[in-house]
Amino acid sequence: MGDQATRAVLADGRDHWQHGPIDLIIEVWGEPAAVSAAKKLAWQGFSGILPALVEELAALRQPLQQHQPAQFNGAVAQRMLAACEPFAAQFITPMAAVAGAVADEVMAIFAQAPGITKAYVNNGGDIAATVKPGESLKIAVFDVVTRKIGTVPIYFEAPWRGVATSGWRGRSFSLGIADAVTVLAATAAQADAAATMIANAVNLEHAAIQRAPACALKDDTDLGELLVTTAVAALPAALVAQALRAGADTAQECVSRGLIAAALLQLQGQWHTTGHDSRLTFWEK
Amino acid sequence: MTTHADPAAAIEPATAFAGAATGKIICNACPVLCNISEGRSGACDRYANLQGVLTRLDPLVLLKKPIHSTSSAMPPEEAEPERLFVTGIGATTTYPDYKPAPFIVSSRGAGVDTVTVVTEGIFSYCSFKVKIDTDRYLGPEQASVRCEGELVGHVTTAEYGSQMLSLGGVHHLTGGSKKEGRVACETMLKLGNKAAVTLEIEGGSSVVVQAGKAPIINGVTERRMRVGCGSATIGIFAPQWREHVDEVIVVDDHITGVLTEHQAGRYLDMPPAGIRIIGKKSTPGRYFQVAQPGMGWGGTDITDPLTIVERIDEKKAWPGMRVLFVSTTGEDFAYFVLNEALQLKSAVMPDAVQKVVDRIGENCEPALCTVLFLGGAGGSLRAGVTENPILLTRSIKDRLTKVTCGGAESYVWPGGGIMVMADVSCMPDNSFGTVPTPAIVAPIEFSLTLADYLALGGYADQVRTLDDVLQRAKHVIQ
Repeated sequence: MGDQATRAVLADGRDHWQHGPIDLIIEVWGEPAAVSAAKKLAWQGFSGILPALVEELAALRQPLQQHQPAQFNGAVAQRMLAACEPFAAQFITPMAAVAGAVADEVMAIFAQAPGITKAYVNNGGDIAATVKPGESLKIAVFDVVTRKIGTVPIYFEAPWRGVATSGWRGRSFSLGIADAVTVLAATAAQADAAATMIANAVNLEHAAIQRAPACALKDDTDLGELLVTTAVAALPAALVAQALRAGADTAQECVSRGLIAAALLQLQGQWHTTGHDSRLTFWEK
Repeated sequence: MTTHADPAAAIEPATAFAGAATGKIICNACPVLCNISEGRSGACDRYANLQGVLTRLDPLVLLKKPIHSTSSAMPPEEAEPERLFVTGIGATTTYPDYKPAPFIVSSRGAGVDTVTVVTEGIFSYCSFKVKIDTDRYLGPEQASVRCEGELVGHVTTAEYGSQMLSLGGVHHLTGGSKKEGRVACETMLKLGNKAAVTLEIEGGSSVVVQAGKAPIINGVTERRMRVGCGSATIGIFAPQWREHVDEVIVVDDHITGVLTEHQAGRYLDMPPAGIRIIGKKSTPGRYFQVAQPGMGWGGTDITDPLTIVERIDEKKAWPGMRVLFVSTTGEDFAYFVLNEALQLKSAVMPDAVQKVVDRIGENCEPALCTVLFLGGAGGSLRAGVTENPILLTRSIKDRLTKVTCGGAESYVWPGGGIMVMADVSCMPDNSFGTVPTPAIVAPIEFSLTLADYLALGGYADQVRTLDDVLQRAKHVIQ
């Protein structure tokens, strides 16, 4: 039946769970029996996530209003709201954190399950992780322009368990021109919301940038008539640096407010890192 | 009819206003029910509205490998040197079933238009039959087979050199507890996708089963499938032993053979050696129930071959007599020479004897687990192919329509329904999926000539050319 959640084991042993727009790649380490028990528990909850979101979808697509707190019933919706509320002064809808919030919701099962040493849930690039003492995970970041690969480490001693990436090249629309903004934060939902906002801020006006109203590209989008980036031709290096600085200001503000640990901004081969974690080594060749 | 979108969904209040907009369709592939305009994709980017047709963008698996043809439905591929076959993998399903199957593809082979109706079926009635090439004792027939403590199947009738399991099936999927269903479904999914499954047989062994791999029984990897029963082994190798030994006893769980009593030894004029073994004598030189089934020699519980010797006849045996004990795989063997007191004393085995023992091993095939998928496609799935499902059933029985699973040859069990059987090793990797019902999702394709397809009431307006599928459906070619 097409409208049901499906699961499959990929050739390399990772799990692939899919339900409508939700597309998870999952890998869990630990006692085999514990891993299998935790996956079972997580799978039981998984099929209910999308229907619960759909129930509140219309409201979740509405922009947050400062000083007018929104309320949601669903667990994932509440995660989305919590992650987006710090940005309510600007245009943001809870949908900015939907992918990360779903990853967090599934990860919550693995994080609490006994006998699990580490795990990650990757929802289309927005990743929730858990690591137990002595364990770590490396998340690779790929720069589509320079083809360099960097790594974001997640380790027990630091509280950061979420990594998310946003940019105009990704599946979701961006108001900015960043090729990618990757954020490390406490949760995937927080990383998702912040990556969206920072990527929006990597911006400037130039003839090389093509934009279109979001509603002209996709039906039922939460961005309505806002102009979203559809193509970015080569920009002068100085303008690339300028756009990155604009994004870096927002990223620094997020770090100062304690919303995120670090951010990596990529634009046309140039990159900028913001963050205070000494073990964060974004670029390892 | 140009859209697969559920017509019922269009009158839902929430989406009624969208009807005023032109060219929009409602995707009912998931609960989000996206309203998709012409040329756009839904929230998942997996389904799109292409010229008014809800189209799956996920890769559909096409096989380059020619499908071996045994019926008129798939003509020889001389016309197309590189023939592509569209599999059901990635094709998705439709629900409710009366909607046409996701892909109805027409291609030309040897001047005849063929149609392949491709879908991923949801099989509530399905099971996996597992053949385990071993004589080792797995457990009694009818014994329960468990996985993670849940009942997932049973031991069925042993076959030649093999133990057989029947796993999954509707009673375990939906007839027991929720947990039983879930575990049975996961076990079936793993078996189908060629992954390893650890099974516990009640009153017997623990066995790790994986399609195309050797079974691991109580932690020991089985290497060889026996060359034959004890009597057959005697029959095959008797002339090669004739010159080098005076007696050979082939230990086997089924029939233990004794060379000089056996017809093969008599025919070679070998004198009776007088070694009487325990067990129930069948015909000369063939003994049943020499030992209990077990993990020892030849699937018995024997670890010391001398334990099966009842007595030695002093009138027939002689000092210096050379005796070989060997199992049916040549993996276990022992060589003895009778002393003056006519006692069996262990001795160094001569090379000439070792050579024949080794030859038994050479003649053994590698022990494998083979996994056959057995699924019933005779139900509502047929409605995606034709408006008159019985015509599809008859067309298959008449061999006008060929059924494949993920491109793999299938055998259709005679009698009612469309019960297909396919070797999962011949199917592309990860062909199977599950739905929470729980039930198994498996690819299935029906191939027949275009004329036959139209004759059985097929969805003529849904037939697409292979080129069209290649151009418009995201696909991977394997």
